Formats: sequence, C-alpha cells, structure tokens
Amino acid sequence: MTLFFTNARVINPEAGTVSPGALLVKNGVIDSVLPADAPAPKEAEVIDCLGKYLAPGIVDIGVKVCEPGERHKESYKSAGLAAAAGGVTTIITRPDTTPAIDTPEGLEFVTRRAQADAPVNVLPMAALTKGRAGREMVEIGFLQDAGAVAFTDCDHVVSDTKVLTRALTYARSCGALVIAHPQEPILSKGAAATSGKFAVLRGLPAVSSMAERMGLDRDIALLEMTGAKYHADQITTARALPALQRAKNNGLDITAGTSIHHLTLNELDVADYRTFFKVKPPLRSEEDRLAVVDAVRSGLIDTISSMHTPQDEESKRLPFEEAAAGAVALETLLPAALRLYHSDLLDLPTLFKALSYNPAQRLGLASGRVAEGAPADLVLFDADVPFVLDRFKLRSKSQNTPFDGARMQGKVLATFVAGHSVYARD
Amino acid sequence: MTSAPTYFRQNHLLGIEPLHPLEITEILDLADSYVDLNRRAEKHADALQGLTQINMFFENSTRTQASFEIAGKRLGADVMNMAMQASSIKKGETLIDTAMTLNAMHPDLLVVRHPHSGAVDLLAQKVNCAVLNAGDGRHEHPTQALLDALTIRRAKGRLHRLNIAICGDIAHSRVARSNLILLGKMENRIRLIGPPTLVPSQFSEFGAEIYDDMREGLQDVDVVMMLRLQKERMDGGFIPSEREYYHRYGLDAEKLALAKPDAIVMHPGPMNRGVEIDGTIADDINRSVIQEQVEMGVAVRMAAMDLLARNLRNRGEAK
Repeated sequence: MTLFFTNARVINPEAGTVSPGALLVKNGVIDSVLPADAPAPKEAEVIDCLGKYLAPGIVDIGVKVCEPGERHKESYKSAGLAAAAGGVTTIITRPDTTPAIDTPEGLEFVTRRAQADAPVNVLPMAALTKGRAGREMVEIGFLQDAGAVAFTDCDHVVSDTKVLTRALTYARSCGALVIAHPQEPILSKGAAATSGKFAVLRGLPAVSSMAERMGLDRDIALLEMTGAKYHADQITTARALPALQRAKNNGLDITAGTSIHHLTLNELDVADYRTFFKVKPPLRSEEDRLAVVDAVRSGLIDTISSMHTPQDEESKRLPFEEAAAGAVALETLLPAALRLYHSDLLDLPTLFKALSYNPAQRLGLASGRVAEGAPADLVLFDADVPFVLDRFKLRSKSQNTPFDGARMQGKVLATFVAGHSVYARD
Repeated sequence: MTSAPTYFRQNHLLGIEPLHPLEITEILDLADSYVDLNRRAEKHADALQGLTQINMFFENSTRTQASFEIAGKRLGADVMNMAMQASSIKKGETLIDTAMTLNAMHPDLLVVRHPHSGAVDLLAQKVNCAVLNAGDGRHEHPTQALLDALTIRRAKGRLHRLNIAICGDIAHSRVARSNLILLGKMENRIRLIGPPTLVPSQFSEFGAEIYDDMREGLQDVDVVMMLRLQKERMDGGFIPSEREYYHRYGLDAEKLALAKPDAIVMHPGPMNRGVEIDGTIADDINRSVIQEQVEMGVAVRMAAMDLLARNLRNRGEAK
C-alpha cells in the first residue's frame, strides 16, 4: 500500500524545521520526504493535507492504563482510542496497576490485551522492584525479553539506597533504562500542594520544591556510582534544573521529562480546592513553570509526556487532601502543548522534539522522526482552530481533566500508525 | 418579608477571605445588639423561627458546637446535633453522600466542622441550604475570627490601626489564618510570634511581621492573641518539649509587661495552662478577655445565622 501526503507543512523535529512538503509512504514506512511540488506517483492513494501541519506521532512515556485491576477507569481500548484522537501514536504504559506489572507473565498479559484492543503502538514498562515495594529488584532480564522498554516504580520512590544501587547496577548490565520519580519521600509525605503563599492560604499540607531537588541529587549520586541509564519522569521545579545540568555536563547517561500539566498550569489553578488539578508532584509556582518551559526550550529537559492518570469521579469528589492525584491527558496533550506555541514560548519543532523525537530516541525506537525508513506514525493537525473542551466528550473512560471548559486552540485532524489511519476527525 | 441585609451578600459563611470589610462590620454591628439580648433575662428572638439548623461535626468539639446550638435556639431555630465521627463515616459513606442525605431533609442552616481543608466548601457546592464553616482542617474558622474581632472592638473601641500579636502554633491553626485575613482586611498591623517550625516564613507574604523572639514581638502591642499548642500534633517533633516551649513562648507576667499597659490577652480555648499561658494571666480580669470571647461567640453566631437566613428567605421570595 502506498500513500502520498501532499500539501503539508512538515514538522521535522530532528532538523528543527517546518517546511511545505510531501511524504511518500510505502508499506507503513516513510519512503521519502519530497518537496512541496513533487507529483503524486500513479499508484499512490493521495491524502491532501490542505496546508496543515504533519508531524511525527507523539511518543508518550508514562501512560497509565488501568488494566489489570481497575478496568472501569481505563482499558486498552479506551486509552488507545483517546491516544489516537490525541495524535499519540505510541503509548509507553506504566506498571502501577493492581497488581503491579513485575513479572514476565504480567507483562505478557498487558501486551496481549494491548495488541487485541488498542489501535496505536503500546509498549509496556515494568516495575523496577517487586510489587513496587522497594525491596527486591524484578527479573530485569526476563522482563526485557518479554518486551519491557523501561523499568520504573512510578511515583513510589525506592528509599532504600542499597536496593536502588543494586537495581541500577544490574539494569546497567542489561542495558535497561530506569525511570525514577525524583522526590525526597519523607519530606513530601502527605503533601497535597507546593509550599508557598497559596498552600498557606488554603491550609493544605505542602512540600517544599526542595524535595524534588533532593531526590534528583540522590539519584545523580547513585548514577555516578553505577553508570546506569536513567530518566527522571518529571522535573517540575526551577531548583532541580542546575543539578540536572551538572549531571548532563558530567557525561552521566541521564535524561529528564516533565508533564504537560506542569508546563501549562500552576498552583493557583487549584483555586477553590478543585481536585481535578491535584497531580503528583503537586502543581508548582508560576516561576517554576516558566523555568521548566525554558528548560524544554534549551533541551535540558528532554521529553514532555501526558502522565495520563485516569481516576473515577468517586476518587476525585472528596476533600482535596483525600482526593486521588492524577489527570487524564492523552487527548489534551497536543492542544495544551500548543498553548506554549501560541504564547510564543516554544516553536513547533521544539515541541515535537520533546513530544516525539526525544522519547523515541531515549527508548531506542525508530519512530519520532519524519525521515526515510522511519515508521509512518504521523499526526496531521490544525494548530489554530479554537474550541472549548467538554470533558464528557473525551474518549477515556475517566474524564478527570483539569482542562474542562478551557478554551484551547489546535485539533488533531488525522492520526496514522504505520501508515494506517487510526483516527480521522469528522 | 424580612429586611434584607444592607451589605451582607453571602449565601454561605465559608471563610473570612470572601468577605468585604463592610460585610464584616455589618455582622459585628448586629452581633452587638445580640450581646444586649443575651444579657437580658428573656433571651428569645424569632429571627430563625421555623428554620431547621443541623450541626454536623466531623471532628470533636464541645464549645463551638454548644455555642452554635445556643445561638440557634435563642433565635428560635429547630436545632439538631449530629456527631459525625461516630456515625456513617465509619460505615464508609462519603462526605457528599452524607450531605445529600441531610439535604433531602431540607435543613436551612448547616453548620459543619471537618478535619480536612476545603471539605466545607465541597459540601456547600452540593446542598441547597446556607452552610456555615465551623472550622475546616487548617484552612478557616470564620466565626472564631469574627468573635475575636468583636471582642477586640468592644475592648479597644475600634478595630483598625491596632498592633496585634498572634502567638504560638500558627502553622496548624485555622483560627490564626482567619484572624490574619480579617484583621488584615480591617487594616491592623499583625505580628506572628512562635518558633519557626510552627510559623512558616510564607506567612510574611500576607503582610504579617514574623518574630521568633517573643519578647521582641510583644513590644508595644495592643492585643496578645494566644493559640493553643496542639498537643495531638506533637509527635511531629515541632518543638523540643513543653517546658522549653513555655519558657520561650508561654505568656507570663514578665513577657506581657513588654506589651502596652492596657493590652488585652485573648485565647480561643481550650487552654493548656502552663504550656502556652500562665494561669494567673488567663484569670486576670483586668487583662484577660477570654470569657468575653466565649460570650461574643454566641452573639456573633446569632448574627451570622440571622443574616444568612435573611438572604435565604429573600432568595426564596424572589423565586
């Protein structure tokens, strides 16, 4: 099967360019990137992009699909549909399910479920320690053989440094990527907000942003010891950035991500205890938000992810301290990221570098690029069309988005995975 | 037809933060008249006649609950107390479900205390009646701040341009937050005094001056407001010991001598004598207004419920 995308504005994050062009796709793989006036080959099915943006599909590290355990919150089918509608062509799933994905058998189960139900690529991560309890490392080798692309205990910090050191050392020998949540777990225990004027005014238990830096500092020290391959899931504070910069300068194998919510919202959005704005780590100050946006622009922070965390209404309709943390974001990831483009903070190639190219590179995937030989995982979108988000129209089984009723700009028109259309806007 | 309040526009009393200074003054003025009523032998009025008031306390309380109950009864409301920590919570019912159940019984005034910040706001969004916050977590305790304001206004003759020291466990105190906001709105100078573990530096962003030396902080103040040391939170290790705390931050005659000669001493109760306050000072009728605070509490709660009920009735008639 041959597809010819014409009349597109092609975003190439690798080269840092946006240019009019055409794309020839053969058998699910990008065959060639052509100039705008290239004629369509005879046998090809022509897709007229009408001058809209064509970019490599998003590779989203850290998506929670609630299978096994809480399928009523999100299934592979609903998450897959939400991803397709959001321009996410590869979801990297989290192992913080019930039970945790910490055995090859568990990993095979989710792989099978994903293949049966999800229209997009699904690559699973496995827990780093059994039951995410921080005591014994999982069978890293077997899990890798079964398809685990990274190892993470998600928001559970391995507080026993001996256990973590051994896990990092062992992971290095397997060439496995370890993803950690940088946070000093005792200092941040019970916190629902970031220390500051707002937390004081609302009387919420709060944690200093210093807890993130302490967590990162500790992990960096262990990286120096072990030489492991490491990715920090979410860097959200200005204070943590110099430590990250130094670690990179020193040549450690470290990358870092951040969440779309920390890039586009701040602590004041919680307003009158709106629990849909409760995420982990908690939303930060505006100064932190801008510092993190800057770090994405400079490339210090490598990836942006949705940190998609479905929660049902009951888990959120509680007093703020008791309410569950997390927000769904597969479908709102791109429109929210485009806020940064529309406010002139980040250009489109930079955004897609962090959304698609860098995550794919870090995981050793061939996707995330618009280049010859890359899989035709593509998103076609209009960056300008305005809309008001209605959470009940989201495809996720859970609709806990902080963007309900928000004015946004930019919609996905079509999503392709290996050249197959998985979503088309009517 | 009941007369509408002149300034008071609220449907609920969830905190001091949303109140305009004129609304605060209107509550205090009305409370003044209820103080007079409460001192008569015949203490009844009919402002809440025919209305149902439910007191829902998810956290133990004796004084506040009694104060709200008396206030409601003096104004003719049908008052019911529900000790929530002993009831459906234990059976797993959520806060919202409890609220919806009560709502179906058509109360007019709901007085709520809850251990979590924001819980009363959440509840107010789900019910049709007027909700009064009787303390939520470490967020706000508006009637306490109002009764403190009334006490100060009656003792000092004004509620502005005073130097007011709030001393002790500020971090865990909803009383301190509500007072800080109210007294700030009325243009007073506020000092927060306590060990830095109990007085987070972020409070300075509210325009308060922070002192960790009590002697320095008490210089020339008009009002000394003591807070209860929350012993139930002591396992967090906020202070080394009660005796060291009393030595450094307990109000005794020597420290009080640094304040203005006519400075008044306040405490929201219940007191830990010998921990944050010396017993003889608490009992000194020339300095301590602690008993007046309790008296003002009933009057302020009568005033707040009266004004809320008027808005409630006027909304009903408007429909």
